[in-house]
Amino acid sequence: MSYIIIFIAAVFVNNIVLSQFLGICPFLGVSKKINTALGMSGAVAFVMTISTIITYLLQKYVLEQFDILFLQTIVFILIISALVQLVEIILKKVSPPLYQALGVFLPLITTNCTILGVAIMTIQKDYTLLEGVVFAISTALGFGLALVIFAGIREQLVFAKIPKAMQGAPIALLVAGLLAMAFMGFTGIV
Amino acid sequence: MNAIKIVLNGILKENPVFVLLLGMCPTLGTTSSAINGLGMGIATMFVLIGSNTVISLIKNVIPDKIRIPAFVVVIAAFVSIIQMLMEAYLPELYASLGLFIPLIVVNCIVLGRAEAFAAKNGVFHSALDGLGMGLGFSLALTLLGSTRELLGTGKIFNMFIYPEHYGMLIFVLAPGAFIVLGFLIVFVTKLQTSK
Amino acid sequence: MKKLESNLPNMVMVLTAITLIASFLLASVYGVTKAPIELAKEKKKEVAIKNVLPPFNRIENDTIEGIVVYKGYKDANWVGTAVESVSKNGFGGEIKIIVGFDAKGCIFNYTVLEQKETPGLGTKMIDWFKTSKNKQSILGKNIAQEELKVSKDGGNIDAMTASTISSRAFLEAVNNAYSTISHYDTHTSATQVSDAATAATPWVENK
Repeated sequence: MSYIIIFIAAVFVNNIVLSQFLGICPFLGVSKKINTALGMSGAVAFVMTISTIITYLLQKYVLEQFDILFLQTIVFILIISALVQLVEIILKKVSPPLYQALGVFLPLITTNCTILGVAIMTIQKDYTLLEGVVFAISTALGFGLALVIFAGIREQLVFAKIPKAMQGAPIALLVAGLLAMAFMGFTGIV
Repeated sequence: MNAIKIVLNGILKENPVFVLLLGMCPTLGTTSSAINGLGMGIATMFVLIGSNTVISLIKNVIPDKIRIPAFVVVIAAFVSIIQMLMEAYLPELYASLGLFIPLIVVNCIVLGRAEAFAAKNGVFHSALDGLGMGLGFSLALTLLGSTRELLGTGKIFNMFIYPEHYGMLIFVLAPGAFIVLGFLIVFVTKLQTSK
Repeated sequence: MKKLESNLPNMVMVLTAITLIASFLLASVYGVTKAPIELAKEKKKEVAIKNVLPPFNRIENDTIEGIVVYKGYKDANWVGTAVESVSKNGFGGEIKIIVGFDAKGCIFNYTVLEQKETPGLGTKMIDWFKTSKNKQSILGKNIAQEELKVSKDGGNIDAMTASTISSRAFLEAVNNAYSTISHYDTHTSATQVSDAATAATPWVENK
């Protein structure tokens, strides 16, 4: 039961992009087409799940054991950037088609704050490992959902007449604002 | 390039938020009030100045291939230092900025300036670039925070401008962040092109 | 100075060196800030306790089932007990409060320690439930007589405008605080009486 609540909360209620404001850069950057949005979400889901597991284990068995919690930020970010590289190399060898689909997005992920954010939140919320994994996957799904909806709207925006000063980032932000308003409707369901 | 130009460059011509559109997450996430925006801006400025200076100092001993990881370690170290100092001496602000403090590590502005400026320029100029970018970032965040606080609750820096009763709460909530930033960017671009 | 070449020994050496220096720096900053961080937390708690209890000049800490309670004394007289309490059912997550009960078991005051509720709506709990307007205030209520509930659920407390969930969670935390204390007092009422022989009647006897 609690897993379902974590899932719904992470996907809809506390949507990582639209209510937590994490991962805005890729949200605005790679959301012009639905296909690229899907690719990015896939890559994020993949890395986020693995990195949450590894950082969780490190936190419990290394940082807390040796009482060096002040190294948390530095350790987590190093692990994440190393992990991204590793995933890239492994994917290239093991599954070329998957690499083709996700490859270009992987280097962008290191500086995607959702990954580090979810790793830290899992620790802060005192989740168990399994809850952390569910949380990571749901958050990634929420990220994907926001990205794909947003990309869909932006594909249509091409046909709209937009005042010159509003083109580009401003109109994208306004659309995101409206989308965030729609997602506010989910608040309170868990 | 002279010193003043470098600082001004960060504040106006290449303002990280309004022009370069970098560091959007803390920009939107921490600006529910003017004081939070200012606090986040200043914390980021310290990290920027520190990391730019150190990276410029050690740029020659870092082999090219491990450039990024080395930069990230330097930045993460500065972020952790700021985090501990804030927790010790500004606990209130630390509590309200929360998760966004450790996330300065992945703020694209910091790594971006390390790559684009500090890795190519001298120590003094790099520090100035950090200062300018930091000021530009703080300015943008404070402006956004003030606007949202004013429209949402009728206050700026906790001082009443008009009764809270007339505030439009939506501007303090998530959608307001996107909408206000959108319009602010329009105004800033308009101002810059009309000059 | 020429750039170092990107060969393996160089790369490993430099990265290790940087990481070591960074860790060393962090360790020293940690050493410096450790005491002030503790102090800041202590101070925050102290201020909170002072705020929620009637005037006192001595505090005794006690632990019951892992929860710390703070008993305030004015000279030898026991004036009230403060206890921290948490509700996980807030709109934005956990709500952490500290509630003070006076010697009669009535709510004296409260302070919100941590909350992530919606700004402008749920965050109003910071002073909503202390404002004496309609049926907003919980101050002076005795939970032994009636559990706190929002009027929507058939209770006697007005919920915050448009924030019934935050209100429910807040009241839940207050009720929890009370149950900790009532538990505590039934367990240790014997020592308490001897503790404060000259004290005002402990509220347990008033029930």
